[in-house]
Amino acid sequence: MCGIVGLLIKKPELQDRLGEWATPMLIGMTERGPDSAGIAVYGEPVADGLRKISLHAPAGFDWQGLQRQLADVAGFEVRANHAVLTTSADPVALRAWFKLTHPMVHVLSVGRTIDLYKDVGTPAQIADRYGMAGFRGTHLVAHTRMATESAVTPENAHPYTAGEDWCLVHNGSLSNPNSLRRQLEPLGISFDGDCDTEAACRYFEWRMREGDSLEQALNKGFDELDGFYTFLMGTSDALAIVRDGFACKPALVAETDDWVAIASEYRSLAHLPGVKGATLFEPQPERIYAWRAQQ
Amino acid sequence: MKIQREESWGYDRRILDYIQNASATGLYEIRGLGAKRQLPHFDDLIFLAGSLSRYPLEGYRERCLTSTVLGTRFASKPVELAIPITIAGMSFGSLSANVKQALGRAASEVGTSTTTGDGGMTEEERRASKTLVYQCLPSRYGFNPDDVRRADAIEVVIGQGAKPGGGGMLLGQKVNPRVAAMRTLPEGVDQRSACRHPDWTGPDDLAIKIRELREITDWKTPIYVKVGATRVFNDVKLAVHAGADVVVVDGMQGGTAATQTVFIENVGIPTLAAVRQAVEALEDMNMKGKVQLIVSGGIRTGADVAKALAMGADAVSIGQGVLMSLGCNSDSWVKGADPVTGKGGEHVSAIDDYAALGTAPGFCHHCHTGRCPVGVTTQDTVLEQRLQPPVGASRVRNYLNTMAMELSTIARACGKQNVHHLEREDLVALTIEAAAMAGVPLAGTSWIPGR
Amino acid sequence: MSGAAMVTSAAGGLVSFDLATTPLREVNQFLHTGLGQTTRVRIDNPDGAHSIAVGMDAPVQIDIAGNAGYYAAGMNKHASVTVHGNAGPSVAENMMSGTVRVKGFASVAAAASAHGGLLVVEGDAGLRCGISLKGADIVVGGSVGSFSMFMAQAGRLVVCGDAGDALGDSLYEAVIYVRGEVKSLGADARFEPLTEADIVALAALLEQAGLHDKDGKPYEPRSFKRIASARELYHWNVDANQSY
Repeated sequence: MCGIVGLLIKKPELQDRLGEWATPMLIGMTERGPDSAGIAVYGEPVADGLRKISLHAPAGFDWQGLQRQLADVAGFEVRANHAVLTTSADPVALRAWFKLTHPMVHVLSVGRTIDLYKDVGTPAQIADRYGMAGFRGTHLVAHTRMATESAVTPENAHPYTAGEDWCLVHNGSLSNPNSLRRQLEPLGISFDGDCDTEAACRYFEWRMREGDSLEQALNKGFDELDGFYTFLMGTSDALAIVRDGFACKPALVAETDDWVAIASEYRSLAHLPGVKGATLFEPQPERIYAWRAQQ
Repeated sequence: MKIQREESWGYDRRILDYIQNASATGLYEIRGLGAKRQLPHFDDLIFLAGSLSRYPLEGYRERCLTSTVLGTRFASKPVELAIPITIAGMSFGSLSANVKQALGRAASEVGTSTTTGDGGMTEEERRASKTLVYQCLPSRYGFNPDDVRRADAIEVVIGQGAKPGGGGMLLGQKVNPRVAAMRTLPEGVDQRSACRHPDWTGPDDLAIKIRELREITDWKTPIYVKVGATRVFNDVKLAVHAGADVVVVDGMQGGTAATQTVFIENVGIPTLAAVRQAVEALEDMNMKGKVQLIVSGGIRTGADVAKALAMGADAVSIGQGVLMSLGCNSDSWVKGADPVTGKGGEHVSAIDDYAALGTAPGFCHHCHTGRCPVGVTTQDTVLEQRLQPPVGASRVRNYLNTMAMELSTIARACGKQNVHHLEREDLVALTIEAAAMAGVPLAGTSWIPGR
Repeated sequence: MSGAAMVTSAAGGLVSFDLATTPLREVNQFLHTGLGQTTRVRIDNPDGAHSIAVGMDAPVQIDIAGNAGYYAAGMNKHASVTVHGNAGPSVAENMMSGTVRVKGFASVAAAASAHGGLLVVEGDAGLRCGISLKGADIVVGGSVGSFSMFMAQAGRLVVCGDAGDALGDSLYEAVIYVRGEVKSLGADARFEPLTEADIVALAALLEQAGLHDKDGKPYEPRSFKRIASARELYHWNVDANQSY
């Protein structure tokens, strides 16, 4: 019920092509996910002490009004239903404040490099709405969704984020998400929605909070998370993919000297420059593959 | 001495049998038919018919249309039926060749469709049945492109009501040479089918599979997607997203020729709740009328058909009822009937054969043994002669016609010129459970529990 | 037949299509009903399109010039299809006869439920290669992924490389030959000694597949191991302590 795509640019001089190359990748996954889409892009890190916070609000929201209410605003860019707030304020405190004063505003991501966009519409509409073709940066994780809930909402779209600069998209279906939620909520982990993917995201969030590396968390996940999954993750400087033991959900990796690209189907890779000479392979089940970006 | 007879509700004869059987064999019980436990069902719904505020149609003079078209969304050759009652998927292997022929003949005479099952398409059925739906199951036994091309519709089976999440089953005594050859299996093995399709998993990949079937059939043939009723609301939406022309939902009362009893009685939701959720899913996506809905699982009478249609189904599918029409659980079989009309002949008692299986007419669910006393669910060359195609065809035709007449009688009484104009506001419920599951008010009130 | 670039040779016919400009529907329709005297078809720029050349029913040669998506040559009868690149999931699924050759690697479920014909994968094949196989032959030059030949009923798989986990789980009468390492066997699968009949069969399959080792030599049949069903799951049996 989903399509996933990821792109990591290896050569710094090609970072301004990130969005241009990734946009047809996303649109190529429209049939797997026509209802909503999400994109996480990792760009120039903001200065130490500052954080970027991606926000989503329903159409017609008074962003100017919100900006006036905020202190410590180092930057505030609005586009369609989305805004990126750059601030030195404490993100945890800010999250609580938003919940209290502007409940219809959703905090999509927090970090120094990540910007995250999620919305309802076809992948092409969303790419256009947020100017995806112009995105620059080291890497990008995106997802197209085939919704089942009657309210096709932005909050239920992927990517999900945890902590800072960490995001996850998922193709597949987990079979024990509710037990996981009931295990994590008493530990102080809060959930935004009821999508099964969020259970995986919060599980990894908890493990990393407890000190596990991403690899350790993923390895524990093989036992604790039940069901079928291909997970594609972004961190501040890396792209990672892992598949469950049955590997029923597809994934394909193409790699050249210039980039690494990942997609559910080859269709989304076919347009990439140099793909005909790329190394192409399918990730093995229960193995973690990661690529680091040059800063 | 007076005998004390205080029975336990929780440890009744059924449970005593179960425990004693498990203790003797160490194996779960396998049986045929569907859920036998009492469930909220169509019996708990009734119609609000013509009155001062709503005018009925004349029962014998004013027309009431029953024709039904399925598969209009993408296919260039939708399925056109004279009545909204079809014959559900049942395998050659679970049923005899004579039965498949009888069903085909009856369906053709009445103007409806039959459906193949886990054993593939037989020549008899294709020849006998004017409209034949070809199932594509996880096992893919006998599945081949020539039959795909000569099918009138293709039904991709995710699951069935008797065992959602489980695959087909045919015990060794029914895997005779012909069945074995059709299924590419050694004779006599206990066949257990896979529960997932071999070449796709999940609705996103099902969409691609459906496209493949459309490409093979040059987009002529309607594609149905059949689910056993569990998470119906989500499943119907996903089936529509994946590109289905028709969705088939089979409630827990749906039958099988062989599966674990524990599966039949404890997995899947009642048809009543399933219909409601399926219709809600279609309405939510604004696909009502664009993607058709067929409902099965315990459809027995014309009243059941009418109620399913009123709740929003476009058609129903019948499996067990049709087998009972052929003679399942009847105490006799017919010998020497006219080979053309199927009439006449003499009734021969089958009571002793039931007894030999450890059962009696009215209680039998021993399809899995292959020793059906009336020759329906058997591959035995002697037993299968007990159901001759003309006899079977005549019975099933009569049964289908009776239900069709009952359906239009009810529809006319409700003032409808077309059975597809029956609507949920024509119904009220007799029990709170039925009101909640079906989403109709409790009779005499405006209360729908759970809303 | 708009959009088709026709190149006819004197031998009565090569036709080529460009999927970058011609809809797949048109190409498949031609392959089903428009072949006439055509004996060879080339399909350019497949770029991962799904269901290319499905439902073939004629002994033509089809060259897919690039990477194919899902279900390439699905339900093939009689045709000889070559994918000059990689194939997505379920290549040659339910094939009845004919030959399909993948020059690169094949994704999961290659030749799923295939009844006849031959699939050759020159590179690796993914998980579940030959799942539910019903009589076809598969020869893989590289390795196969886990769960290969799951519930395979008839037919043969030859693997010149290695096999993953759970090879041949719930095998019926299909037979597997592996030259390299088998990570683990599935339920009811077991190693058996090669017979002379196996040697003959292997030699014929390898010759048909035309595969050679990295030194360019043909593979030696005796270097393969035979895996077949122990047949202990054929019947319900309490005392056999079956786990399911």
